[in-house]
Amino acid sequence: MAQRVNPTRMELTRLKKRLKTAVRGHKLLKDKRDEMVRQFMVYIRRDKELREQVEAALGAAMGRFAIAGARMGEETLAEALLYPAREARVTTGKRNIMSVDVPTIRQVNTDEPADLPYGFAFTSSELDGAVLDLTAVLPRLIELAEVEKTCNMLADEIEKTRRRVNALEHVMIPEMEETIRFITMKLEENERGNLNRLMKVKEMMMAEQA
Amino acid sequence: MAQEITIAAIGDRDSVMLFHALGIHAVYADDAQGIEKAIHQLAHAGCAVIYITEQAAVLAPEAIERYKTEPFPAIIPIPNRSGSLGLGMQGIRANVEKAIGADILFGEGR
Repeated sequence: MAQRVNPTRMELTRLKKRLKTAVRGHKLLKDKRDEMVRQFMVYIRRDKELREQVEAALGAAMGRFAIAGARMGEETLAEALLYPAREARVTTGKRNIMSVDVPTIRQVNTDEPADLPYGFAFTSSELDGAVLDLTAVLPRLIELAEVEKTCNMLADEIEKTRRRVNALEHVMIPEMEETIRFITMKLEENERGNLNRLMKVKEMMMAEQA
Repeated sequence: MAQEITIAAIGDRDSVMLFHALGIHAVYADDAQGIEKAIHQLAHAGCAVIYITEQAAVLAPEAIERYKTEPFPAIIPIPNRSGSLGLGMQGIRANVEKAIGADILFGEGR
């Protein structure tokens, strides 16, 4: 059943205007959703690819690190890594994808990646390997962070938009159409009643005159 | 707009210590409370990216959920040294299902 409304002409015009807006909004939101899904597919594919690479590389680096730990002992290892050779810094920004603010993360000062943060006297070669491996993955690790965050945020927004589209399509618009029909019918009924009454009155007046 | 911010890693000592060599701020945490505290502290300090071992991530799901819809920080699960739990891939799959309604990405590869 339609909402309780006054079956007046004013209400009818108001509702028709609202319906027009709703239909337009529905179309726009649908377009937004479609485009977001398209963008999302691009990012999620990249995300998956990167994650596979990074997980494999990290597994390898950590395996070597474990061997290094076994060879060198805990303390020497901690000591060797105590002082970082450089600081991994990134610049961050925001980018707008279909009105979703997604982060952009770029690595800065990628200096010579070959230098190790410790002397070679007390460390094993596995440690060198592990650190170099990890250095090599770092750019991909950072890109993964950006892409994955983008995917998270897009997925969230797509879900929201889809809900809105569905609410408009299946609830708001049919409801408004129903109400408009109800008002139109009520107005027509009133019109007919009015006409009938007039005819009746005219008949009575004619009878009186005769 | 662009400013320089650091990266951090949270996890058990053996897995995260290696990150220290790259200048990534390594935080050692083993229990749920410590991990949550570390996440909130780093987020508060304006950390852009937090890598967290999957083993640590499962212990603090609420803290991670809290920052999921904000641009920063990006909390990224990574495998620890005993291997991957598949949590990262699960996250990707969950995203696909959320956005599209069906898992179309992982079906096509096989």
